[in-house]
Amino acid sequence: MTDAGVVADDAAVDLSRRKFLTVATSATAAVGVVVAATPFVASWKPSERARAMGAPLDFDLSKLQPGQLVTVVWRKQPIYIVSRPNELVGKLSANDASLKDPQSAASDQPEYAKNVMRSRRADLLVLVGTCTHLGCLPKQRFEPGDATLGADWPGGFFCPCHGSRFDLAGRVFAGSPASTNLRIPPYIINGNTLTIGVDGAAGAA
Amino acid sequence: MAAAGETNRGGFRVWLNKRLPVDKFVSDQLLEYYAPKNFNIWYFFGSLALVVLVIQLLSGIFLTMFYKVGESTAFDSIEFIRREIEYGWLIQYIHSTGASAFFIVVYLHMFRALLYGSYKAPRELLWIFGMLIYLALMAEAFMGYVLPWGNMSYWGAQVIVNLFSTIPVFGPGLVEWIRGDYGIADATLNRFFALHVVAVPLAIILLVTLHLVALRQVGSNNPDGIEIKENKGADGKPVDGIPFHPYYTIKDIVGVGVFLVLFCIVVFFVPTFGGLFLEVPNFDPANPLSTPEHIAPSWYFTPFYAILRAVPDQKLGALLMLLSVVAWFFLPWLDRSPVKSMRYRGWWCRGFLAMFVISFLALMYLGLAPAEGIYVTLARIFSVSYFAFFVLMPFYTRWDRVKPVPQRVTFHHE
Amino acid sequence: MSKPLLALLLLLLVGPSLAWSAEAPAAAGTEAAHEGEAAAHVDWHSWHAGNEVSNLSSLQRGARNFFAYCASCHSLKYMRYSRMAEDLKISTEQLQQHILPPDARAADYIVGGLNPTDAVAWFGKEPPDLSLITRARHGGVDYVYRFLKTFYVDPARATNTNNLQLAGAAMPAILSDLGGVQEAVFTDVENVVDGKTVTVKVFSHFETTTPGLMTPVQFDAFVRDTVNFLDYVGEPTQVVRREIGVWVVLFLLALTWMAWLLKKDYWKDVH
Repeated sequence: MTDAGVVADDAAVDLSRRKFLTVATSATAAVGVVVAATPFVASWKPSERARAMGAPLDFDLSKLQPGQLVTVVWRKQPIYIVSRPNELVGKLSANDASLKDPQSAASDQPEYAKNVMRSRRADLLVLVGTCTHLGCLPKQRFEPGDATLGADWPGGFFCPCHGSRFDLAGRVFAGSPASTNLRIPPYIINGNTLTIGVDGAAGAA
Repeated sequence: MAAAGETNRGGFRVWLNKRLPVDKFVSDQLLEYYAPKNFNIWYFFGSLALVVLVIQLLSGIFLTMFYKVGESTAFDSIEFIRREIEYGWLIQYIHSTGASAFFIVVYLHMFRALLYGSYKAPRELLWIFGMLIYLALMAEAFMGYVLPWGNMSYWGAQVIVNLFSTIPVFGPGLVEWIRGDYGIADATLNRFFALHVVAVPLAIILLVTLHLVALRQVGSNNPDGIEIKENKGADGKPVDGIPFHPYYTIKDIVGVGVFLVLFCIVVFFVPTFGGLFLEVPNFDPANPLSTPEHIAPSWYFTPFYAILRAVPDQKLGALLMLLSVVAWFFLPWLDRSPVKSMRYRGWWCRGFLAMFVISFLALMYLGLAPAEGIYVTLARIFSVSYFAFFVLMPFYTRWDRVKPVPQRVTFHHE
Repeated sequence: MSKPLLALLLLLLVGPSLAWSAEAPAAAGTEAAHEGEAAAHVDWHSWHAGNEVSNLSSLQRGARNFFAYCASCHSLKYMRYSRMAEDLKISTEQLQQHILPPDARAADYIVGGLNPTDAVAWFGKEPPDLSLITRARHGGVDYVYRFLKTFYVDPARATNTNNLQLAGAAMPAILSDLGGVQEAVFTDVENVVDGKTVTVKVFSHFETTTPGLMTPVQFDAFVRDTVNFLDYVGEPTQVVRREIGVWVVLFLLALTWMAWLLKKDYWKDVH
């Protein structure tokens, strides 16, 4: 192609130098674009306000009645704090055969909650009140032999949206649309104070 | 045509081009669009204006994700962005610097037109679109400045909106209608937000598109003011033209690089630019009971503001301020010179242009200074010389002794 | 190649000069001529804070000073205790013991102190929030520095004090136990304004009536540290901003240079 105002030198040296410069400049520019995009992408991360509001939450356990479920909000999630009757905790292992994940192998909980009762203390259950199916809030059905759930219902949670059922340790029953047990948040207990959002003595979640 | 040995990509390209004229567009606009080969530094500012537009759109959209419009939340949300959103400070400084950068680039872009007669036939409509973009930009910048709801945001809005009260008969009612309240208030802030984020950017994008289409239609002017399309070679291409791609794509990229260096020096090292880009009173929240010591609009408005204050009568001052902007629209018809470029014009034209530039810059300085003492006198003198450029143009452009315009452009191979 | 660059650099230089010379009339305040006359006139307008925001120990001292002397009336409502502790490397224990009020959490904004109704009753106005004070005054850090150092005894006022930087300030001379109590000596200067001779009182110098607990040098450092802290609070990201800026500009210079080489190569074709 000859252009009126342009006379092209067809020396091979020129063309390879041109190609090198083009590749080098383009590659450097591409790096620049990625670096320039970083602040914009990073700006979407939770703000300092969100992180501050997501700080650990304290709850006074002396206010909890036996058999009561209290809901608090931590990091925009509903957290169920349940005072579990001890006699029902002892019967939790009987559910194992009808559970999808009795050992909580595939479910999300801290190390200290990877047991049958899925908590630090038998009489206290702390879990994230969000159904692991599609996110509705499961309702409490603590009484064994519930009218709608059947005579052999051992007590637990029932999710009204699509019918998932969980036992009193938040473990999911077979036949439910949900596939993993209800999640356990990190928490510690200091005397009568339950702090949600921290693990261990001095750690922050 | 996809030959047997061609890749899928060749096939996709054929499929695409049957449905969308991609190849034709690239060919028409880049490969076969011939631009004069003698562009100099003054020809960078068009592409730079486009770059700044993109910068403002991008940073502006991201600011809108975090900004909270409302007289009780706006100011706080700006500090929130600067302190608590990751890299929020950077996005905010990019946007505030970009606003000033836009006007620097646009003023230099407009000056090029004055230098080389780029507004003259057949480019009058191109010029009109450009001037409309300029007006839209002024509205956009004015409203954008109100959004942080600092004390200068408030009082600047108060003063400028009050100007509309000088319009006979409709004035006072119009002002209340613009404000949506009896003074600058939450209602004003909210509507300025909607206009600044949605309406005016859409208008600017539309006008820029029309501006570019008009440009492609008539082709670029050049520093010699010669119409390159009148001199075509055997192959039908202008002898003084070169394809836009790759020559001007790569040259414009260098221009963008230099611009970004200067832009980033400001963003990262002097974002307030001595109080010119981010003004001191705006770090105090809006206070209807406390006027800043010197109310002045941002630097890019101050030439016109100086003219407003130079006139002792409020109505006449407002009218003259309006005329000082409107006058630019008439340049294609005020300019009676047979020659486009200053290179081939005589000393009348050069003298008046120089005087105009000095007046514009002087008025810019005076608009920032308090309206006291000698500043007032100077503002009046320079207002006169500013208008003289336009008013006397039909005469001095004809008195001017022009030099012969060459057949070919002046180009020095590097 | 150098001419266009020069033009653009000139533009960058013109801007700030424009701003600073345009601001000069505003910053001069309301006095008439204060230069000239006797050499004894102390030019307090030329005092500079001279602080370094990157100096961490100065910032730490400044924070300590602020919470000891200023926080009981002034808030820093855009700054969180935790953010300040992180940036200034103040440990959680130090924050709890010396800075955090009993009912505050580390993530809280630095507010509280004086009740607004009491403030108006006692001082006539609410003490302003100081988060942005170094950005919201002409002269910036120098303004605040001069403000803290130019309190003087004025029996005509309810607080018994006045201030050179902010005449009629409602704030009392809080730091006088450290910096001492000083009186301002004014001399009469005659100016000719519009053909008439006008006598104006012009500040000459300070006289310390009661020395403070600190020497002048110590007090000066105290004020500088405090102003430095307020400079940081005004824009906590400024040090990071400049650090990143160096890399960004260097990168862009390199990229532009490469693009320029490419441009020159292509333009060899053009005659």
